[in-house]
Amino acid sequence: MSRSFLGMPAFPRAAAVSTRDPRLRANLAHATHTIRDKRARAVAELDDWAQLRAAGAAVKDRTLRHLDHYLEQLEESVAAAGGHVHWAADADEANRIVTRLVRETGEREVVKVKSMATQEIGLNEALAEAGIRAYETDLAELIVQLGDDLPSHILVPAIHRNRGEIRDIFRREMGKWGRPAPEGLSDSPTELAEAARLHLREKFLTAKVGISGANFMVAETGTLVVVESEGNGRMCLTLPETLISVVGIEKTVPTWQDLEVFLQLLPRSSTAERMNPYTTTWTGTTDGDGPRAFHLVLLDNGRTDTLADAVGRQALRCIRCSACLNVCPVYERAGGHAYGSPYPGPIGAILTPQLRGMAGPLEESLPYASSLCGACYEVCPVAIDIPEVLVHLRERVVEGGPVTRRGARVVLKPAKGHAAERAAMRAAAWAFDHPGVLRGGMRLAARTRRLHPRRLPGPGRAWSDTRALPTVPAESFRDWWRRTRGDAGGSERGGVK
Amino acid sequence: MSGRDVVLARVRRALADVPRGEGPHDPPVPRDYRRVHGSRTVEETVELLAENLADYRAVVHRCAPAGLPALIARLLAARGARTVVVPAGLDPRWLSAAEVAARPDRATDTARDLAAVDSVLTGCALAVAETGTLVLDAGPDQGRRRITLVPDHHICVVRVPDQVVGSVPEALPRLAPERPLTWISGPSATSDIELDRVEGVHGPRTLEVVLMAADGEG
Repeated sequence: MSRSFLGMPAFPRAAAVSTRDPRLRANLAHATHTIRDKRARAVAELDDWAQLRAAGAAVKDRTLRHLDHYLEQLEESVAAAGGHVHWAADADEANRIVTRLVRETGEREVVKVKSMATQEIGLNEALAEAGIRAYETDLAELIVQLGDDLPSHILVPAIHRNRGEIRDIFRREMGKWGRPAPEGLSDSPTELAEAARLHLREKFLTAKVGISGANFMVAETGTLVVVESEGNGRMCLTLPETLISVVGIEKTVPTWQDLEVFLQLLPRSSTAERMNPYTTTWTGTTDGDGPRAFHLVLLDNGRTDTLADAVGRQALRCIRCSACLNVCPVYERAGGHAYGSPYPGPIGAILTPQLRGMAGPLEESLPYASSLCGACYEVCPVAIDIPEVLVHLRERVVEGGPVTRRGARVVLKPAKGHAAERAAMRAAAWAFDHPGVLRGGMRLAARTRRLHPRRLPGPGRAWSDTRALPTVPAESFRDWWRRTRGDAGGSERGGVK
Repeated sequence: MSGRDVVLARVRRALADVPRGEGPHDPPVPRDYRRVHGSRTVEETVELLAENLADYRAVVHRCAPAGLPALIARLLAARGARTVVVPAGLDPRWLSAAEVAARPDRATDTARDLAAVDSVLTGCALAVAETGTLVLDAGPDQGRRRITLVPDHHICVVRVPDQVVGSVPEALPRLAPERPLTWISGPSATSDIELDRVEGVHGPRTLEVVLMAADGEG
């Protein structure tokens, strides 16, 4: 029924296709540039942004360093408020739990709030196999679902579609899922939003089971928080009789007060608003208001493996704002699908390989899907040093070494295809350790400069396909220095004029 | 082993590098960010709330308590509303001048029943000036969460300045986490089409906010 990210090709192959799609590039350039400037304005309104960012990072780090403590506290608080807590070590276990919970209600349909975690575990496909139909109710997720498509952005999964394409999908597909698109639907965003309202209204009013994720879970109170814009979240969180929330364990924050940091950081980073239109918080169940049964499914699925890496664990601070996608030159050109998971862009390039234990060609290629320009780190509201983690993961790919996969330590072999890189690095290290060799090599390179090829041979060819080789100067800097200043001006060494 | 045991054991193994002596309240969180941005008089805070509400397309009105019934009657009439749902604890005087059928918030109402109602009138728990946000906590004058969700027109009365706080950090300590909260900043909206903001999706498409001054003011 719907496509999945399973078996996606490595990033360079996927990106080679997507970068040649002019419509995709136009859609992405338009959308990311629009939001980039708005975000900068929203952030500039707060003169303590740096302090909020530091506090956000510190709250997340504290939680992660004592995650066992806070998860147990959260479990206790949720249970005390009337909720049921379930634990899922991986995607299959989470899907089995949710399927069983839905079956126990006797319902065959569920309405869903946009949720990265349920995308990650392929919940809709698992429910479909069990004969349960899941309706996505976020506008962008609806566009993706109706178009039998894959999400390509964390906040706006249908960012790769422009208004004309969305109108065509609505006209063609809505009738197959429920109320058809209105006659003569145009491509104005207002009309398209109205069409979605009418289409989904019927589902909301009759739904008995809602499925959501959550942006935050407060350990001390057992409160869950969903931040949204359209009101589909409120519909799914308050109208059904049963609510099932599937949430990654890293979404925990210790205290109610901590929300004062994140409710300032998230909306401004994400949709560039002072505050998003709707935020819902709930603590267990409330008599006579909202669902009578509440289930929380705590999801691991590679998060503890990520936690085991002292450098890489900062990726778990992520609050899924998508600011890093919107500023990334690689994302803007390659698009989200090339990243081969629901987590595209810079955060996906460090999160996906770690969640999946660095296993496979896609996972090995993702740390290279970056120019290391650092724009992602600058905009990250929880100060994840994405370039640092990218370099760390590249080292794992090239050199091999220990990683944690499904809770077990395994030692990665050095990846194939990086033999030339490793040999070059070893040679460079040796040469830098032997000044005579380095000098001799540089002179040889200078004297043979007219013979140098324009493109590299062998495994280096791919690199020089898109880059000009640097020309070697006639004289090395060291020789020039020796000739002009080195011998005569020994007393001036180190001086800068 | 249960899923719970597996996950917690993995977490503990993953955190082997964390020193044993480090407690769950370490390392400290620097909280040197502002409690509120800028210094404002009470009047200026209310003014900022009005500006930010309007900036996100809420329609803002002001009145004194004595003028509230007439104002609400006018807003409902302008909308052409025939039915309005009201929370059980709402001051009945608020609707005393309106010529509409008031429908009390009832547990037996279905979502479909509410979809047939034109408008909803509520109070709020508080409002946040810096972000233009109303917070509802399902109190007696606000009712169940769904009544401010399903009808297409919401009129929310804010008692100023008592219910107005400056910032998000000032709001949270005044709210009870165990109550279901709804934070509302303008009518429902989406940025899902080309990251362009469009107002009006599933929640009420028209949000009117009445800033009601305390007695003797306004």
